[in-house]
Amino acid sequence: MSQNVLAITEQAGDHFRKVTYEILSEGKRLAAALGGSLTALVLGSGITELAAGAGEYGADRILAADDDTLAEYTTEAYAGVCAGVIDSESPAIVITGASTQGKDLMARLSARLNAALATDCVALALEDGQLMASRYMYGGKILADVRLSGSPQLVTIRPNAMAVEKTAGEGKLETVAVDAGEPRIRFIEKKMETGKVDITEADIVVSGGRGMGGPDFSVVEALAAELEAAVGASRSAVDEGWRPFSDQVGQTGKVVSPSLYVACGISGAIQHLAGMSSSKVIVAVNKDAEAPIFAKADYGIVGDLFEVVPRITEEVKKLKNS
Amino acid sequence: MEIIVLLKQVPATDSLVAIADDGVSIKTDDLNWVINPYDEFAVEEALRIREAQGGTVTIVTIGPDKAVEAIRTALAMGADKGVLINDPAALAADGLGAARILAAAVGQLPYDLIIAGQRAVDDENFQVGPAVAELLNIPSITLVIQEEINDGTIRCHRTVEGGTVVLESPLPMLFTTQRGLNEPRYASLPGVMKAKKKPLDTKTLADLGLDAGDFSQPLVRIQAMRLPPERTGGRIIDGDDAAAKAAELVRLLHEEAKVI
Repeated sequence: MSQNVLAITEQAGDHFRKVTYEILSEGKRLAAALGGSLTALVLGSGITELAAGAGEYGADRILAADDDTLAEYTTEAYAGVCAGVIDSESPAIVITGASTQGKDLMARLSARLNAALATDCVALALEDGQLMASRYMYGGKILADVRLSGSPQLVTIRPNAMAVEKTAGEGKLETVAVDAGEPRIRFIEKKMETGKVDITEADIVVSGGRGMGGPDFSVVEALAAELEAAVGASRSAVDEGWRPFSDQVGQTGKVVSPSLYVACGISGAIQHLAGMSSSKVIVAVNKDAEAPIFAKADYGIVGDLFEVVPRITEEVKKLKNS
Repeated sequence: MEIIVLLKQVPATDSLVAIADDGVSIKTDDLNWVINPYDEFAVEEALRIREAQGGTVTIVTIGPDKAVEAIRTALAMGADKGVLINDPAALAADGLGAARILAAAVGQLPYDLIIAGQRAVDDENFQVGPAVAELLNIPSITLVIQEEINDGTIRCHRTVEGGTVVLESPLPMLFTTQRGLNEPRYASLPGVMKAKKKPLDTKTLADLGLDAGDFSQPLVRIQAMRLPPERTGGRIIDGDDAAAKAAELVRLLHEEAKVI
């Protein structure tokens, strides 16, 4: 086993996802603490040029697995390449983002490599060369410190939880031979909502709840547009069919930790609070002064969201133009 | 179609969770226990597939005595039989250990399709489903919101950031559920009566051909649990009208919190 860290990057089209910069930065910190180096593994098709950019965030070596069979993420093809690289590189730690790709990939790899896995971690530390990971359990109601043992140790990192540091690594680019074999899973098509930022990745999330009173989210959408934010929803808004499931914040939806979370017409059920209370700053707008959301909010406005939210949008617009 | 559902009993999501005296587990006395919500989608989807194609739905659970209630609920919804793996060594396993135990249990059964929740809402590992598939050497697709089966092939719509991906896999395979897949049915009263007579086997690790000693050193161990930092907050912004409050909020977000 080496003392090195392997970071598995992830791109959306022609750029790395933000969480990739977070895992490279965290990977660099861990590698420094271990006295080892950071290697980035970039998988995809036509990604060699993109891969070189990992050096600006601390990668000492960059392995590019550039092959048509990796154009779209599929579990088996990606797990096969990653397992091969892990076998030859013997990293102490393998780190990736807690995205839909990262969580899927690492779960499969943990079984293939018989390796410890801590997923969706918000902090990492080393104790006697072993990883200690902090991660939420019980839908965000408990924060647990877990110790990983064995080798390698696998972790996925919650988006927006760790600081990005631009530190130059040597960035030596190497190519990885890819033999995907005969994958059993076949990619058919991808249906993306253009321009939509996923709530787990957004820096700002503006959410609407039961107080929206119906499927018209235009006041929330207008504020989100002004803040370049993603639009989220409470479970009741989703259950009513006002918003898609992919927008749901909470214990049975997505957990978000943006720098700013604006809750509009959301009373603050415990399952919802579990999904957003690790946001850095929380704003609540609700006409019920007794709503539990106000106990969690840094800033609260008691009032009718249909009057208040458009005014906030106007003020943000003024601020941007000043 | 032989369908297996991996099911876990968890505290209801509206539970307040408190840390036990040992500091590494939660107090379990006053909790209301339910089927993991994502596993409920798995049971429902299994029943719908069986209704369309015929076959058997088998529930496989690791849990203590009280987990029988969760299996009986799934049987009352319409599942055919259940297997409860009840062994102190199994209860102490980490995510990968649980996957090894479940893979051994499933390996003793015929199966064309395995359905699991994307994660259990207690330990939030997102690990067991794909890990079981890996151990059984079958394909897996996670976060499925729609599926169709035709001629031994399943087409799954998988949710990803900002959209969905459509993938196809041969059977047997395993998929995990995402909210939006279906609306789980309630157990009917006749269903509850029938469930009492449906077969429910209890097994130990030895019954599965496993050595409890192999699970005594989990690779992931909880060292400490704490409550997340309590948010103090609670500053209510005053003002003469909505416009004044909004202006003050935006000023604070810009100058004090510095988030916009």
